[in-house]
Amino acid sequence: MKASVGGYARATDLRHALDLLAQSDGMGRVLAGGQSLIAAMNMRLSTGDLLVDINQIAALKGVTLDGDRLRIGALTRHAEVATDPLIARHAPLLRRATDLIAHAAIRNRGTIGGAIAHADPAAEFPACALALDATIHVDGPDGPRDIPAADFFEGLFETTIQDGEILTAISLPIAEDGEWQVIHELARRSGDYALAGLCVVRRKAGHRIVCISVGSHPELVPDAMARMDAGDIDGAVVALRAAIDPPSDTQASAAYRRHLIGVLLQRAAADLNGEPQ
Amino acid sequence: MTMRFGNPDRPNSYIGKTVPRPNAGRLVQGRGRYVDDIVLPRMVHVVFVRSPYAHAKIKGIDASEALAVKGVLRVFTGADIATVCTPWVGVLAHLKGLKSPPEYAIAVDRAAWVGEPVAAVVASTRLAAEEAAALVDVDYDPLPEVTDMMTALDDATPVLHPDMGDNLAFERTHVEGDIDAAFASAHKVIEAHFKTGRHTGVTLEPRSILVDWNPGEGHMTAWHATQAPHMVQVVLAEHLGMPESRVRVICGDVGGSYGIKVHIYPDEVATAAIAKIMARPVKFIADRLESFTTDIHARDHEIWGRIAVAEDGEILAFDIDDWTAIGAYSVYPRTSAIEGNQVVNLCGGPYDFKNYRAKTTVVFQNKTPTSQYRAVGHPIAVTVTEGLVDMAAAALDMDPVAIRHRNLFADDAYPATSPAKMRFEGLSHHASLTKLVDLMDYDALRADQAAAKARGVVRGIGIASFIELTNPSPMMYGIGGARISAQDGCTVRMDPDGSIVAASSVTEQGQGTEAMLSQIVAEGVGVLPTQVRIVTGDTQSTPYGGGTWASRGAGIGGEAALQAAKALRNAILEVAGAMLQCPPDTLDIRDGAVVNMSDGADRMPLSELGRIVYFRGDTLPKGLPRELVQTRHYTPADYPFAFTNGVQASYVEVDTDTGHVKLLKHWCVEDCGRVINPQLVDEQIRGGIVQGLGAALFEELHYDAEGQLLNGSMADYLVPMAGEMPDMIIAHVETPTLESELGAKGAGEAGTAGAAAAVMNAINDALRPFGGEVTAMPFTPERVLRGLGKLQD
Repeated sequence: MKASVGGYARATDLRHALDLLAQSDGMGRVLAGGQSLIAAMNMRLSTGDLLVDINQIAALKGVTLDGDRLRIGALTRHAEVATDPLIARHAPLLRRATDLIAHAAIRNRGTIGGAIAHADPAAEFPACALALDATIHVDGPDGPRDIPAADFFEGLFETTIQDGEILTAISLPIAEDGEWQVIHELARRSGDYALAGLCVVRRKAGHRIVCISVGSHPELVPDAMARMDAGDIDGAVVALRAAIDPPSDTQASAAYRRHLIGVLLQRAAADLNGEPQ
Repeated sequence: MTMRFGNPDRPNSYIGKTVPRPNAGRLVQGRGRYVDDIVLPRMVHVVFVRSPYAHAKIKGIDASEALAVKGVLRVFTGADIATVCTPWVGVLAHLKGLKSPPEYAIAVDRAAWVGEPVAAVVASTRLAAEEAAALVDVDYDPLPEVTDMMTALDDATPVLHPDMGDNLAFERTHVEGDIDAAFASAHKVIEAHFKTGRHTGVTLEPRSILVDWNPGEGHMTAWHATQAPHMVQVVLAEHLGMPESRVRVICGDVGGSYGIKVHIYPDEVATAAIAKIMARPVKFIADRLESFTTDIHARDHEIWGRIAVAEDGEILAFDIDDWTAIGAYSVYPRTSAIEGNQVVNLCGGPYDFKNYRAKTTVVFQNKTPTSQYRAVGHPIAVTVTEGLVDMAAAALDMDPVAIRHRNLFADDAYPATSPAKMRFEGLSHHASLTKLVDLMDYDALRADQAAAKARGVVRGIGIASFIELTNPSPMMYGIGGARISAQDGCTVRMDPDGSIVAASSVTEQGQGTEAMLSQIVAEGVGVLPTQVRIVTGDTQSTPYGGGTWASRGAGIGGEAALQAAKALRNAILEVAGAMLQCPPDTLDIRDGAVVNMSDGADRMPLSELGRIVYFRGDTLPKGLPRELVQTRHYTPADYPFAFTNGVQASYVEVDTDTGHVKLLKHWCVEDCGRVINPQLVDEQIRGGIVQGLGAALFEELHYDAEGQLLNGSMADYLVPMAGEMPDMIIAHVETPTLESELGAKGAGEAGTAGAAAAVMNAINDALRPFGGEVTAMPFTPERVLRGLGKLQD
């Protein structure tokens, strides 16, 4: 099919991009890597969009260390996340996640900001952001806002970003000494969306668990996290399976996904009991 | 001169060697020319409005809003198209009882599957046509749909086509020997229920056609991504009312076919009808989403099978009950009954046994039509046969290799006839199995499996023997009244500079037809392959023939090319003999020059002979034939089909906690007779295996009870991809057919025929110690886990 595009403009800086969105009468769509948006447009799931291309905005790029926080620009490509030494050292979960995201061509274009803003429940980065307790930085007509990841994801493809706002970066606490960051998922084929997956982060303050592909949006699973804190892995598996309400589709049933998520947690727990990272 | 294929040092020895593909350079330079690359003056685009209902009466069509879209020229309904295009009926006389109602290019008053065309929008751009198609207002009155195969014949199920009486399209039962006695006397009887997932071919290039009608000449040209240009010529001529000589079908580069592009599609015929009505070129390119609901589907079977074995492992009987659902119409002109018919023909195929009963029941339903897709029926028959054989071996505590050696037709048993009445000229089951066992180092693999088990890793080995039907004679379609040619032809011409042009009726779909033809012609004439230019895919400039399907291109088209090339060689040498004043049989052509047969000494380059013949013919003796263009045709006649054989093996690892199957390695030994180009044959086998692995693990079209396709996109319909593909080790046994001089049989479908069964047997070998078993493809992680009894809900 041929995409039906309302218009296209390339923003030169963040102010320009925000102005373009403000003038778009609600039809503005931010174009970053385009790996979900362009596909949706080509299937006419989205028509008439006024595309605001942010790819040239230098302020949205780059990975920086700021004290005990790591800041990752929204335009950082998945392929850059995979190779960035600061990310590898301070947020290894993100680097590991890139091994599971799609294919090389998609990783070369897709951006971490786009993935988090799109909030696909089957995507890895939204779950990672919540598991790492990231802060989502947005800018908009009323100025910049910082949103904790726990308050960012609201529903299926829904976030608390408002019309006219742009996700500019995420930041996250760097990994503590002895911190564990584990991601496990199972996909039918390499690069496919997972049938189910999970991120487990173990910090001094306790475990953080976020699942992939088993709900409408990334959420922490407090009961299972508490069981993990108590060292009760079997109890955590039971709690996790009870906490989720996974979908049934042509790839797998809810019952299968519920089973699988428990297996993945057991495997994550086995990793956690191995050598420190 | 007879060909001395056994001598690798013979002159011009290109047959049997890997030579470069003549079209490879063009394709990698981006100089391929697919239908969508062709742009003609005054060309317009057609987009089809498709039924969103599986079954609905069409009460009215309001195109007023669509016609208001800028760039839109016309909107056509089924009735509009029917004024210039007659409907067709997809039946064959030799498939007794097969029935199907007339099918129109665009549905006239009733849509019978989701995706059936109900209107066509023609516009100056594809974009405008798509915009307008969304605005065509069709008033539907939904009708009860038939979507469940196993209840399609129940009294409570509505009859899809009231004129047909019931939902039974075709039924055939074949009985040989005394089934009941064999089962009554058997040491063991094993019974199982198999399912093969409905899937489709997913060609890289979607279906494409561009049709130009010239009313001044009364001539139609169709650029078409097809496997069978002459068949399409016949169909367009017949249904649009033109002489065949006034229809030219051009099939340039094609981006994969796999059987998908050998059928007549309503939207493609409608495109031709629209071109005739509008008298301007009309292009239709299917997009990926509509391909999923309109390309033919295949393999939607449920099979109940039984095998009876004696205590020593002898197979006493097979009893097969096959069911398949084909869609609302039998596909024209090859029908949708061939697949079920093949299951009856092919079950038990490799084995020498006496008692056989097989029945296929083919029913209508409101889904996308099914028809022939690569290895038609073979994967189903091989899955059932080899699944049952492995289950019998397990029940007898026999090794899977041993039970096969116990029952395979002996290598010296030929000619032989199977209980299904298939005639085999010469097969090599035991030699192939022995070679496979060596190739995979079977005993070492069993040791590796045991060592893995000791460290908690679950692995399995699966084997699948098979036969493959290739080189079909007129017994396949012609006998049933279809105007589908079983012959192929080749015209080979020498140009004045000594270069060769060969025009063949077989077509290039990307598989290397032109490479195969170039090396045959080069060897047959005595020139370098680079001196041969191959022309295919044009009904106006190639001889008449069937095209590319049923693994026939090399075996039939190759033989025609060989005989035409040899005839040209003889014609050249007749002239050379007169010029050199010596008997032609003392001369030979080697590397593009006339030489002495005895010592190979150069006598005359072909360019000199060409100069004399074409420009100084006055210097040759009057009456000397100088026909430097020769045409030959070939049709198999001794056997209905040239059966080939082979055997595959799969080594898998099963995660018994998640059900995930990892393919570790795959082997195939097959016997396609004379191998013309080893690399092309190996890659045919590998490509075929990949499609078989897709069937085993990934591919399945899901419908809901209302007949809606649930996973019609590349995100949801999983094709096999490189990351999951194992190393594939390919080897050959060569038993040339004696029916042709070339001796080649087909190799296009062997890989697909046996791969899924090998994987199923490997998974079940892994699951057996846990009491698990899977028989419903594809073997998704969930199905494997359920097969292990680890998932209840």
